Amino acid sequence: MNILVCIKRVPATGGRITLTPDGRDIDTRYLGFTVSPHEECAVEEAVRIVEAKGGSSTVLTLGPEVASEQLRDAMAIGIERAVLLETDGSDWDPLATAGAIVDAIQALEAEGGTFDLLLFGNEAADTGDFQVGIRVATALGRPCVTGIKAIEVADGQVVARREAAGGWEVFELPLPAVLAVKEGLNLPRYPSVPGRLRAKKKEIVRMTPQARPGGPRKERLRLPEGDESTVEVIGEGAAAAPAVVELLTRLGVIGR
Amino acid sequence: MILGLVEHADGRPERLSLEMLSLASRLGAAASEPVHAVLLGTGAREAAGQLTGRGIPVAHVVEDERLAAFAPVAWAATIAQLMSANAPAVVQAAGSDRGNEVMAHLAARTDLPLAANVTDVTLGEPLRLTRQRWAGSLLEDAVLDAPTKLLTVAPHAFAIEEPASGGSAPSVESFAPTLTDDDLRVAVARRLEPDRAGISLTDARVVVGGGRGVGSPEAFSELEELAALLGAAVGVSRVVTSSGWRPHSQQIGQTGLRIAPDLYIACGISGAIQHIVGAKAAKRILAINTDPDAPIMSVADYAVIGDLHQVVPAISAEIRRVTGR
Repeated sequence: MNILVCIKRVPATGGRITLTPDGRDIDTRYLGFTVSPHEECAVEEAVRIVEAKGGSSTVLTLGPEVASEQLRDAMAIGIERAVLLETDGSDWDPLATAGAIVDAIQALEAEGGTFDLLLFGNEAADTGDFQVGIRVATALGRPCVTGIKAIEVADGQVVARREAAGGWEVFELPLPAVLAVKEGLNLPRYPSVPGRLRAKKKEIVRMTPQARPGGPRKERLRLPEGDESTVEVIGEGAAAAPAVVELLTRLGVIGR
Repeated sequence: MILGLVEHADGRPERLSLEMLSLASRLGAAASEPVHAVLLGTGAREAAGQLTGRGIPVAHVVEDERLAAFAPVAWAATIAQLMSANAPAVVQAAGSDRGNEVMAHLAARTDLPLAANVTDVTLGEPLRLTRQRWAGSLLEDAVLDAPTKLLTVAPHAFAIEEPASGGSAPSVESFAPTLTDDDLRVAVARRLEPDRAGISLTDARVVVGGGRGVGSPEAFSELEELAALLGAAVGVSRVVTSSGWRPHSQQIGQTGLRIAPDLYIACGISGAIQHIVGAKAAKRILAINTDPDAPIMSVADYAVIGDLHQVVPAISAEIRRVTGR
């Protein structure tokens, strides 16, 4: 099994988001960087499949030079090699991103053979476009399913499951295939110190992607209004219980 | 014309699709364009009959036995053929799992841009829109320049409009798509039903949420007791699932579920933005937390300051006392 995982470097926004003065980007001066939890699970799954079945694992990102930090994080938990499609760090729209990834996959496959499985996060944490994996799959003529939370590979096919209406939908796809996965697929491991040291020494393959933008075109970012509320403290500790029950009754939650 | 993909289950349109139609009818009125619906799969005709009074003159119904099981590429191929036949200005779906998936396939096969999870749209050339980033923690104003505009509509961004009384039913038109083996290659092979029936988090009127403050898998019994008394569903924050205390299927937030209950009772949840975006469509939020300055307080309507291990059992006991249960 040869597996390629695509990831995206994003700021780690735990608290309030602050924008740059021109409103075009997040002010990342005081933020660390990470990848989406969906993509952490994609990386972990690739490592697990190759551990179980043999083969090779590759991680790829489109982003600025500093995104090599996220590629090394993936190599620290066991991904073998990394590819950076180096940009100036500006936003690439989903058509441009997918086009550049397709170009890179075709170049990598011309040298090293077909990737049996391409793994994407279901949507990027920041832009949330929900389409790059599907566009890549369509361009390459490979079957694709999104929202995947369980993967089994056997006998030239992949059985993939996703949650739907409280139960599961099961898909059986011939390989090579493309899956966009969600957090919950597995519990990703933490990198070991030797893993980090090994990853630090590894070469990263660098390619220069060609941008073919297609939209939508970002004009500016802004924070949503009206999310903030005024909180009414109705009590402290267990003594608040009667006031809470009175509130629940008033809201029609009990006594219906 | 504005074409809206209406998802349905058990012969009824899905809630997020009705929200999507609220935007569609607004755009239709602004541009003097009719709104058409398209419904695919088993129960499509029945669900189309439920669209009476929503200002939809035509519902295109696709009843093809090959689409009995959900097949995202075949759905996209069908909508692409309806697009060729009707030349809609806008094609849109709900920003649901299926809506986003089918529209991305449609966008990929027609080589058109797609704006996912829009919260506002102004028609024109180019079309101007606002869409969600970071699952709604941040908004993006963008332009979409394309011969046909493809959109998905952010969950809970638009209220469902009441159907006009005495409004007419859509005229149901059967549409028979041409589907290839490639279109049908990806389809649901089988369904696994839930282990036990319970109140679904996305439909629940009341949700009891637990976070880091719950402290252990065992302590969730306190939240479950309260939930049972309220007919509520139990949800959790990300730290709870990444600690392995509860299954990921109960996670509320950016990488989990979006809920929209009448009341969300957030217990021991500090309120990272990734969690809050999953819960902010709740009409009311009651936070139970030891920290009066926790971020959850900035979105909560009501708060009890205290240890949930004391507060939650006391609320359950009081409900039992008052209701005699």
